[in-house]
Amino acid sequence: MMVDLLDKHKGILERVQRMTAMGINGLGVTNDRMISPTRAMVGNREIILAGTNNYMGITFDPRCIAAGQKALAEFGTGTTGSRIANGSFALHGELERELASFLGLKHCIIFTTGYQANLGMLSGLAGPNDTIFLDADSHSSIYDGCTLSGAKLVRFRHNDAADLDKRMARAEDTGGGRLVVLEGIYSMLGDRAPLKDFVALKKKHQFQLCVDDAHSFGVLGPHGRGLGDEAGLEDDVDFVIGTFSKSVGAIGGFGASNHPLFESLRYAMRPYMFTASASPASIATSIEALKILKAEPERRTKIMENSARLYNGLKGLGLTMGCDVVSPVIAVVMPDELSTVSKWDGLFKAGVYVNMAVPPGTPKGLCLLRCSVSAAHTTEEIDRIIAIFKEAVAN
Amino acid sequence: MNQIADIVPILVELLKPYNPENKTLNAETDIPAELNIDSVGVLDFIMEVEDKYDIEIPMNAVANIRTIGELANYVFDKLSKA
Repeated sequence: MMVDLLDKHKGILERVQRMTAMGINGLGVTNDRMISPTRAMVGNREIILAGTNNYMGITFDPRCIAAGQKALAEFGTGTTGSRIANGSFALHGELERELASFLGLKHCIIFTTGYQANLGMLSGLAGPNDTIFLDADSHSSIYDGCTLSGAKLVRFRHNDAADLDKRMARAEDTGGGRLVVLEGIYSMLGDRAPLKDFVALKKKHQFQLCVDDAHSFGVLGPHGRGLGDEAGLEDDVDFVIGTFSKSVGAIGGFGASNHPLFESLRYAMRPYMFTASASPASIATSIEALKILKAEPERRTKIMENSARLYNGLKGLGLTMGCDVVSPVIAVVMPDELSTVSKWDGLFKAGVYVNMAVPPGTPKGLCLLRCSVSAAHTTEEIDRIIAIFKEAVAN
Repeated sequence: MNQIADIVPILVELLKPYNPENKTLNAETDIPAELNIDSVGVLDFIMEVEDKYDIEIPMNAVANIRTIGELANYVFDKLSKA
């Protein structure tokens, strides 16, 4: 008898159908028109966007739009090829040089998406004889990149350097290298890796360290370079990974390093080699966005002010927060999936979009109403979000 | 020396937080399917097993383990080689 390949997904479909039967589709919201980085029309309703990862609010910047339009006219709509074939345009090299300069690193390789950056970097760095130690709360793209590498994978307890120490001590030696993967800001709960604690283990256990700054690039540190910049430990981070789909307001990703052999990865990373390179318009807007991030540090001040205002406002309502530190990722912990779906709908109907986050996409089986703050949010918008949470969630 | 028969009840005990309906568990229990534990939950449980026995169970090995008995066998093998 033939086994239907899609039978295994019946459970997840039933879960979605339970939600849609309530007249709610938190996983299928369509923005019919974008008004600004923080506002959209959904049907005939104007919604405040509080779950977009548009940290610097740069998506409608006229300088970026002009750069994108110029690239579209000069380079066309797409590259139609891989970076190692016909898909390397002058813009790609320019962005890699700009980004390396921004990060203060010697080498940078860009990818078509942030997801592919993790897939490419992690599978390029580690191979079957190596071991990757990854934080339990790592993003799915890290898990997938690690799996693609074929390396031995050891998971350690979230943000717990003592737990990593223990696991490294008992790990069986494969004879290969060791890579530890952390995130600057964790995407679901908004906490940061305690970088100093992990760096302290480098001498003892002899490993190379990779930080995924997807949510912290442009946000953390005096130069906006991410977690290493904030912690003053950039020299101890061997490899940095990031994305253009958050602070940079485009799409794409990158890996960067001072390692003298870094360029060899261009010929070793399948998710880099066997996909078309990013479109010229997206690359051009990213180059312009980097210049803006460098020239306008006040955006970082503004996003941290907005983040503190929203975090403290929601905490003041008596809501359970995902973590005890302020970052632009602000999660409210809900008791269960049903209440998460229902309260998400209450927020949406009252005019605020946040992310509905449920297991297995969340750590520890948590159900979350996940907000992300933008530097483009006005104080009035932040206060409106808090007021709507008070009305729709706290009561 | 731990025998497989000794390991099974300890694994059942470690699975208690993942068994809110208090189902009867034995060596044949399919951990993710019968306890309805998602992929992250299974990995969290495996960390508890690693710490209980002070052994390494890489994520790569977890894909091939479905039942409590299979996990007990894996733990037994690791302890035997230690």
